Amino acid sequence: MALPSYASRGERLTHAAYLGFCVLVFVFLVTPILVIVPLSFSSEPWFTYPLPGLSLRWYEDFFGNERWVVAIKNSAIVGFASTLLATTLGTLAALGLSRGNLPYRGLIMSILISPMVVPVVITAVAMYFAYALVGLNNSYLGLILAHTALSTPFVVITVTATLTGFDRSLTRAAASLGAAPWTVFRIVTLPIIAPGVVSGALFAFVTSWDEVVVALFLASPEQRTLPRQMFSGIREQISPTITAAATFLIVFAALLMTTLELLRRRSERLARGR
Amino acid sequence: MTATTASALAAGLGPDGLSLKASLARAERRSRLVSFALVAPLLLFIVASFCIPLGFMLYRAIDNPEVAETLPATVAAMKGWTQGGVPDEPVFAALAADLIAAQKARTTGLVGKRVNYEIPGARSKFLKVGRELERAPAGGPWKPVFEKSDPQWTDPVFWSALKRIGQPMTAFYLLSAVDLRLDQTGALTRQVPDQAIFLDVLFRTLWISLLVTVSTLVLGYPIAHLLASLPPRHANLLMLLVLLPFTTSILVRTTAWVVLLQTNGVLNDVMVWLGLLDERIQLIYNRFGTVLAMTHIQLPFTVLPIYSVMKGISPAHMRAARSLGAGPVYAFTRVYMPQTLPGVGAGCLLTFILSLGYYITPALVGGPLDQMISYFVALYTNRELNWGQASALGAVLLAVTMVFYAIFNRLVGIDKVKLG
Repeated sequence: MALPSYASRGERLTHAAYLGFCVLVFVFLVTPILVIVPLSFSSEPWFTYPLPGLSLRWYEDFFGNERWVVAIKNSAIVGFASTLLATTLGTLAALGLSRGNLPYRGLIMSILISPMVVPVVITAVAMYFAYALVGLNNSYLGLILAHTALSTPFVVITVTATLTGFDRSLTRAAASLGAAPWTVFRIVTLPIIAPGVVSGALFAFVTSWDEVVVALFLASPEQRTLPRQMFSGIREQISPTITAAATFLIVFAALLMTTLELLRRRSERLARGR
Repeated sequence: MTATTASALAAGLGPDGLSLKASLARAERRSRLVSFALVAPLLLFIVASFCIPLGFMLYRAIDNPEVAETLPATVAAMKGWTQGGVPDEPVFAALAADLIAAQKARTTGLVGKRVNYEIPGARSKFLKVGRELERAPAGGPWKPVFEKSDPQWTDPVFWSALKRIGQPMTAFYLLSAVDLRLDQTGALTRQVPDQAIFLDVLFRTLWISLLVTVSTLVLGYPIAHLLASLPPRHANLLMLLVLLPFTTSILVRTTAWVVLLQTNGVLNDVMVWLGLLDERIQLIYNRFGTVLAMTHIQLPFTVLPIYSVMKGISPAHMRAARSLGAGPVYAFTRVYMPQTLPGVGAGCLLTFILSLGYYITPALVGGPLDQMISYFVALYTNRELNWGQASALGAVLLAVTMVFYAIFNRLVGIDKVKLG
């Protein structure tokens, strides 16, 4: 932002201070991530700079050690299964919610969103008590169902948002031309809302992928996920392998964010084209 | 459209012979059913996997099964007994029979533990008398066995407490979650000082959330302003710096802070190297570290709503104010700032609500005195195994969250929260 030419000397000083402050805040925002990534390539197990030397030993441990490999595998299983479930259920519900004629829409919406609002410890403890009664504790199924419940609000919100910009006359036109409801959905609705569904699915996946509190309560060591393994690692003895795991997750998040951004641009382009 | 339907329409009838009005009503009803059928699977899933467990947990906060189920005869025998003294042989006989059965089922400890919450030391007395009852001659009289075992059994205060604890529901856990209790006469009083910890925890939770909210506002307002006023090309680049931490998991960012804040860690290194510090200071496992890490995690949540409101404010307003003679401070505080308040409200409330439920970050970065209410919910579930207390604390946290959430919903609306 440029200062107007009539700015006084004091104003210029204030403006410089403001810019300086902003730079510091941006540094604050990215420092933790920028600091932890190089440490994962350090050759020594100390968290200090300058790095004593470079090595990939922590990555060897991360990708070679049974404990971490099982954790990555579990996170992937639970993540994919709950994403599939959450995206299917959430997209269907969003389609129903945005048809505009659903009775008690407000009430239903608040029930569907509630897993996002309730503090996660409460969710975890409630599920821990209840799932114990039906034998779902310490099982993959229990963890998958729990993560699905936590991620559906994100799918519902993203897909509903996409559907608000959706032109109903397109489906009516298709129907009046003789297309069966399923055909209308497949060749008209789905391609248009696809970016929203994919963003919803990505949010769902990342919710499960990053989730640690519910995993702490519902999973036995056999189903431990990557965040849970990291959590116990930090608690007990913080080893540099954790920085390798963190870097792995950061790269993962960055890729995901790029995908989301590309999707957003595509739907913006489509919206402009209409 | 065929010729027959056209003529039917001309006669005011739909293709199925019904009047158009009835036909429309039927179509609308069917359409509503379709809408509901689309929502139903998720609704059922959420109710079954989330709402019912939640309700079950809230019920656990008042559920009081231990004494009522393990000592059923005693509870029945005490029905006729009026409080204010020590009951007679029939009640003791019933208690003896119940406790002997409990010894066999190994549930004496369970009852003892429950009574122990309200009468410290009761558990060992239950276990002791349980062993003695098994050795006592069958057929009674039972009262002397109890009298000999411990003075507790002839204490009127104990008996009126036991009668209360024998009821199927209790307010004990909920009251204790806000540091209250019922005394021997059943009147509401303050919790005994060494057990009155939960109000402290609640206020600490609110205080830390407030500190975090204010910190994110102080740090976030200027950068939201910068992002909103820069040309899009530069703003997008800086936006990445806000969004990258936003999409990185909380656990990863907490890990980064654990590494940074170590006494031998990077932050101490830098400050010593810059000459800001003579010796290394403790930055982690205290309030400072907790608030710092939480502020870092919550900053994007505060910034983004403020940014989106600022984006909609025309720069012409400020220019107009200045051209009409307002000084820079006056123009900013009277023209610009009031327009940003909706964003400030939304961002701050969001951060405050999310901060209330923090568990992982204080657990890893905080010390014992920085643990928030979530930590105690987990502690009472996993370590103390006092699930009634865990549920009651959860209920308090849920109630507080819901109050602020209702305010948020009234001001902003949850479905207006933008993701990505």
